[in-house]
Formats: sequence, structure tokens, C-alpha cells
Amino acid sequence: MQQASGHTLKAFDEDIERLRALISQMGGLAEHSIDEAMRCLIQRDLEGAALIVQDDKKLDALEIETEKRAVQLIALRAPMAADLRDVVAALKISGVVERIGDYAKNIAKRVPLLENVGKIEPLSLLPEMARISNEMVHDVLDAFVERDAEAAVRVCERDQAVDDFYDSIFRALLTHMMENPHNIGQSAHLLFVAKNLERVGDHATNIAEMVYYAATGQHMADRPGKSSSY
Amino acid sequence: MNSAAPNRWTADAMRKRVRRRYSSERWFHAVGLGAVALSVLFLAFLLTTMAAKGFGGFTQYEARLPIDFARSDLFLDPATLRGPEAAQTVAGADIEGTLTKAASAAYGPQAAELFGDAAVNRLSSAIVANPDILKGQSTLWLPVSSKVDVAAKTKGDDKSEALVNALEQRQSLRRTFNTGFLTASDSTDPSAVGVWGALKGTFFTILVTMLLAFPIGVLAAVYLEEFAPRNRWTDMIEVSINNLAAVPSIIFGLLGLAVFLNTMNLTRSAPIVGGMTLALMTMPVIVIAGRNAIKTVPPSIRDAALGVGASKMQVTFHHVLPLALPGILTGTIIGMARALGETAPLLMIGMRAFVAAPPHGITDPATVLPVQIFLWSDEVDRGFVEKTSAAIIVLLLFMLAMNGLAIYLRNRFEQRW
Amino acid sequence: MTPNHSTITLPKPEVADAVEPPVERNPKMSAESVSVFYGDKQALKDVSIKIYDDRVTAFIGPSGCGKSTFLRCLNRMNDTIPSARVTGKIELDGKDITSTAMDVVQLRARVGMVFQKPNPFPKSIFENVAYGPRIHGLSSSKSELDGIVESSLKRAGLWDEVKDRLSESGTALSGGQQQRLCIARAIAVDPEVILMDEPCSALDPIATAKIEELIHELRGRYAIAIVTHNMQQAARVSQRTAFFHLGEMVEYGKTSEIFTNPREQRTQDYITGRYG
Repeated sequence: MQQASGHTLKAFDEDIERLRALISQMGGLAEHSIDEAMRCLIQRDLEGAALIVQDDKKLDALEIETEKRAVQLIALRAPMAADLRDVVAALKISGVVERIGDYAKNIAKRVPLLENVGKIEPLSLLPEMARISNEMVHDVLDAFVERDAEAAVRVCERDQAVDDFYDSIFRALLTHMMENPHNIGQSAHLLFVAKNLERVGDHATNIAEMVYYAATGQHMADRPGKSSSY
Repeated sequence: MNSAAPNRWTADAMRKRVRRRYSSERWFHAVGLGAVALSVLFLAFLLTTMAAKGFGGFTQYEARLPIDFARSDLFLDPATLRGPEAAQTVAGADIEGTLTKAASAAYGPQAAELFGDAAVNRLSSAIVANPDILKGQSTLWLPVSSKVDVAAKTKGDDKSEALVNALEQRQSLRRTFNTGFLTASDSTDPSAVGVWGALKGTFFTILVTMLLAFPIGVLAAVYLEEFAPRNRWTDMIEVSINNLAAVPSIIFGLLGLAVFLNTMNLTRSAPIVGGMTLALMTMPVIVIAGRNAIKTVPPSIRDAALGVGASKMQVTFHHVLPLALPGILTGTIIGMARALGETAPLLMIGMRAFVAAPPHGITDPATVLPVQIFLWSDEVDRGFVEKTSAAIIVLLLFMLAMNGLAIYLRNRFEQRW
Repeated sequence: MTPNHSTITLPKPEVADAVEPPVERNPKMSAESVSVFYGDKQALKDVSIKIYDDRVTAFIGPSGCGKSTFLRCLNRMNDTIPSARVTGKIELDGKDITSTAMDVVQLRARVGMVFQKPNPFPKSIFENVAYGPRIHGLSSSKSELDGIVESSLKRAGLWDEVKDRLSESGTALSGGQQQRLCIARAIAVDPEVILMDEPCSALDPIATAKIEELIHELRGRYAIAIVTHNMQQAARVSQRTAFFHLGEMVEYGKTSEIFTNPREQRTQDYITGRYG
């Protein structure tokens, strides 16, 4: 069902828009963090990585702000139906986006530990995986802004690709570790990085479910595709 | 905004407007007060004039008269006087002659007209009350005749004035409260008149009026307001009733004459006829007041009663009518006050007749106080002047009493609910 | 110290909400294609609804949408308005209430009403409550009448406050107490259905809360239909809600669903405040 017109109380509209803007802002920050983290990883940019770790605080602050605004909105405006679902979705999504930011921070933290990484073949797959995950986050947050349930469903479908990437990276790193015990340390880190990116994809599908419920009032049918085996 | 410079609330133009407003309010207060003062003045004037003129009517001069019954010409059998035939026996005797003789004996020939009908009545009742006085001598204080009374109170003809002086010199004249005025009925002799007959007639007439007008008026009001459908017929009825209330009262007299006396052949001048005529006149007032009072009962009370499952009749009689009762009683008071003072319609139905005895019931010929006042005011005899004013005072007091009763009833109902 | 989960007891689920009654269960009152005309103007168009006896049904909608008009049809209060004409069928326990076989006075005793502005009779508190039973002959002795008055006042939650002053005038009570007195008065005739027309709109929040709690307690005994323009109140108090708009009944369903996921756009617009 569409939101036909604005609220009679214009301030109510403004409050909801501000809440959504916060979510958008958080999403943008989180996407940027992931991008940056991958870049720093590839380019061994230690300073950039440290900056990412710092910037995570901003995301935390935004999450707190979002939570505060959502609670206020519920208390003061007594939202009903679609408005209520919107607000609850925003509250949950902010938590999830904050966790995505944490994964970016986690990746950035591993950058100094991967100094001597040579040209490892698995390393080349990671940026592509990161790009897809980031795209998923971007698209699902767009779907939230547009209240587009169809778009949310399409995002879920892409998670399969991310899971496949993770499977192949996992196998590649395993092989790499078996080749040379020296590689185990770094491979382990890279494994964690891959896992983080896979989690980002999963979180994007979580957000997609919340967006679907907010827009339609129904719960999404069982997600297409299976989750990763590992 | 708070600067010292004049803004729109303190500018000159505004101040002038304020002053003008105050002065027009003061002027209005003055006019109102003046109107009230004028009304009070008129009322005070009326009351003081009436009181002054009428006060005399409540008093009476009495003269001392020694009578030697044994030696008089009164031949009355004490035995008969103790029986049931006493009044008739006394009426047959020549009390008047006895009095004249006794008066002349006591005060000389000019005292022949000292006593009138009042004294005759007084002596008759004294004899009936105590037949033993016939055995010997007694000295009685008896009311003087009208001429002497007038001469004593104000100024009469020379003969009477001389008589008064003579009596006063001998200390045989005193002034007392005229109880006869309140107990006696109409008479040709002003010293013997009383308002009792008229009071009783008024009472019976008003009783008939109220017994007819109040129930019919209230029930009509209830029906018209609560039960009647709203259509052209009921609109016409409403217009008719409003007009009826404004019809001159003498028309009702004509109506009474034509219907009650000529067609129905009821007793002329009886309270029942007067009551019915006045009821016709009072009913529209009660219906209008009743309808207005019922209209003011808030619909929420009706809804509440209906919601509990009361029928229309129960709603009306258990809830609406009790709440409307103060208003209805007010209308009744107004109607009753008007009826009390009506003279013209009652004259038309014959209550102008001279009725000497008070009525025993509502079918006996009677007269009412306003008519009595009118008749007395027409009389030539000067003695009637003060009696008329005294009767007016009695009428005012009577009206005050009845209004007071009605107001008390209304307040009692108002408090309870 | 971790909480012992076995000691946490979950509240029992609301029976009326958890299980949807089977379709064949008889409604207490049902309306079929009810329309109301005031002269030429149609105030209510083809309303059909079923009211069941173990739940509170709320009618919501903007001003002038016909919800009060419909409520008043249920106990034929519209009969008192000369220009009103009601068409369609309304049944109480399966019997048509507009037929001549149904005595309207008895109907109004079985289907009680509480109005927007508290309107106690200008009589004593006792008389207010005793009037209904008295005119319907529900008690055969003074002590029985006393008992009815006491139980009605207790059920209305007013007994403790007025038991020492039953002979005082009903109009001397506060607004909230007066409304509870009116509810006691409606209960005293032992109705089967209670209709409430915006009962709390003239009351302060505390009095409102007391009445809402009272409605909750009365729910099992009487079928209650409440008209309210306060959506939060409808949400708090009812199990079923019907949304009226411009004389039509737009949507009727479970209260929890209407307020979280209504089916009709008009309903959504109204409850989210996008109306007008």
C-alpha cells in the first residue's frame, strides 16, 4: 500500500523523514568504510586503516541518535500501521548497519597484520566479493527509502553469489595453508576478512526482510537460495 | 513592543473610545436605576394612598349605650332563644326601634340616628349568644351608624358633628378594630359591610378556576409538546392558543354569558360559572407557560430515560414533568394573579348582583372581591369610600398570600429536584 | 545469577483473540444492509456487521461518518427523531428488532446505552440506579431492589465511593463518577448488550482510564459496542474495530490487525493521521 499523502501534522512527516535520513547516512558511512577497508587491505595503507577504525565511532554515535529519535517518535506521535512498521524497521536496521560498520572496522584492524602478504590468489577475489556485498547494502537501503518490497526481494537473491564467493575463497585459502605452514597466519586473517564480508551480505538480506515487512506488513517467504555451508 | 511610545492600546483615539464606552455604560446604569426607582415610586404611592384611605375602614367608632331590656318593648321568649329558632325570632323583633328609643333616652333626641344596621346585628347576636341579658339592664358598646362614623373620622354634616362632640364630652365614644369588616357580608349600610362574603366568593371562584384550568392546561401542554405530531394542525392549535391568551377578558365574559348562562342555564352569579369563565381565560396562559417549561427540559434527560427502557409516558411523567414543574407553577401564578383581579368577565355573568349572604358552596350566588370593590366604589354614601380602600387592601393581602403559597410550592419543587 | 527460567510464567493468551470463533457461532446482534436517511439526506449506506457477545467492538471514523447514527439504530433510539428513516434488517439474538413483535421498551432494556455527556437523573444516586429495575418490575421487594442497586454500583466500580451517600443527588458527583453512575444505571436492568457513545470524551485521563478498565471487566458479561473518535482508546479497549467513512463501513476486523496492517487505504490514511 502506498503512502498516499503527507500527514495532517507536518511535523510528523518531518520526524519520519529525519529518521530515514539518518539511516541513509549510516548506510553511506558503512558502505564507505567497507570500500576503504578493502582498498587499505590491497594497498597496505596503514594510515587509512587507522582512520577507518576511528570513524567507526561516528557510526556508533549515529546508531544511538537513531535509536533516540525512534523512541521519541513512538512516544510522541503514536504511529500506527505503516508508520509504526517503518519506525520499528528503522530501529532494527540501524543496529544492523552499525554491525556492518563493525565488520569494516574488523577488516581494517587486520590490515597491519597482513604486511607481508604477497600476491596471493585468494586476495584477488576479495575485492569483487566486497563490491557485491556493498552493492547489496546500498540497494537494500535504497529499497528502504523507496519502500520498495520488490527491490528488497531482489537483494536477497544476490546473497547466493556472495556465499559462492566465500566458498571458493575458503577452499583456496585452505589449499594455500596446506601448501606452506608459513602462510597459515596470514591465510587465517584473510579467512576472517572473507567471513566478515559474507556476514555483511547476510546482514543485507536481514535488512531486506525488515524492509519487506515494513512495506507490506507480511513476512518474506523463505529466502531463495541456501546459506553458505561453512 | 514595550516601548514608552504610545502603541495602539494607549493612543489617544483608543483612550477616547474607552472613555466613551465607560460613559455610555454609566448612562445605561442610570437609566435602568431610574426606571426601577420610578416603578418603586409608583408602587409606594399606590400603597401609601391605599393604606391611608383604607386604614380608616378597619376601625370603627362605638358608642356606649345603656339599655334597660326589662323595660323595653322587646318581647322575646328566652326559651325560644335557646332553641334552634333563635335567629329568626330575634330577626322578627324590633331591635332597631329599641335601639332608637334607648339612644334617645341616653343622649337626647338628636341621637335617634346614632345606631344603624351594624348595631342591630351586634345586638341581635349578643341576645342570641346570651338570652339572659334580656332580664335586666346592661351597658353595651355598639357600633355607630355610618354618618356618625364618617363625622367622627373625617368631617360629616353638622348634625352628626354635634352628636360626636356630645358623645366625646361624655366619654361615650371609642375607636376599635372593626372585626365586622372581615366577618360580615355586603350590606346597604356602610357601617355594617364586610368583605367576608366576597372573600368566600373569591375563594370558591378561584378554586373552581384552578381545579379546571391547571390539570387541563398542564395536560394539554404535555400532549402538545411531547406527543402531538408536528404538522399543520398542531401549528394552527399553537397559534390559536397564543392568540387566546391575548384576547380581552370581557370577551370571555360574553362567552360565559352565552354558553353557561343562556344555553346551559346554570345559576347566575355562582362561583361555578365565574370559575369556568375564568378557567377559559387562564388556561391558555398555563398552556403557554407549560410548553415553554417543558421545552427547557434538556433532551439528555429524555434520552437517558429512554435508554433505560422507559416508555414515552414514563419519560414524560417521571422525568420531564417534575423538572418542568417550577416553570409551570410560575405560569400558574401569573394566570392566577390575573384571574384574581378580573372584574369585567364576572360582571358580564352577573356577579354584579347584590349578595348579602356569603355563599355556602360553588352553586350559591356570590360575588368576588374585585367586583365588590367596583360596586362599593359606585355607591353614593360617603361611608363607602374608606371601605372600598380597605377592601382593596384586603384584596392585595389575599393576592400576596396566594402568590406566596404558589412561590413556596415552586421553590420546594425546585429544591427537591 | 542467572534467572531460573522455569519460574517465569507466561501470561495466558487472550482467548477471544487467539481463537477465531467458528463461522457458525451466532452473533449477539447483526445488521444487514442498514441504511439511515434524515429526510432526503442519506447518513448511512448499506452497513452490514456482526457483533459478538464476548468482545468489545469499537466503531471509529471521522466526525459525521455515521458511527453514532449506526449505534443508535441498534436500540432504535433513532425512532425518537421524526425525520429519521431506517431501512435494512437488524437482529438481536436472531429476532428482527424493527418488527412489531418486538417491544421497543423491552429492546431498550436489553440493549442499554451510555451517552457522551454523563446524564444522571436529577434524583438521588439510589433512585438513579433503582429507576430502571423499578419500571421493569425486576424486583419484588425493597431488599431485592437494594441488592440490585448495590451489585450494579459494585460492578460499575462506584460502590465504595458512594455507599455512604446513596441519598445524595446524582448530579453532585464528579464527571467521571457521573459516567460510572450512568453505566451502573444501564447495568441495573440486566441488559445483554451495552452501547457506549463516546463515553469518555467529556472526561479527564484518569476518569477515562477507570472507565476503560471497567469496560474490560464488563466484557465477559455483556456484548459491548463503543463509538469513539479517539483511536488510541479504540486500540486499548476493543478486540474488533470497524472503520466508518462517509456513511459506509469501510473495514471491520481484529483491532490488532486494523492498527498494524489495515487492508484498506482509507483506513490506513485515517489511522495514520493522513486524513484531510
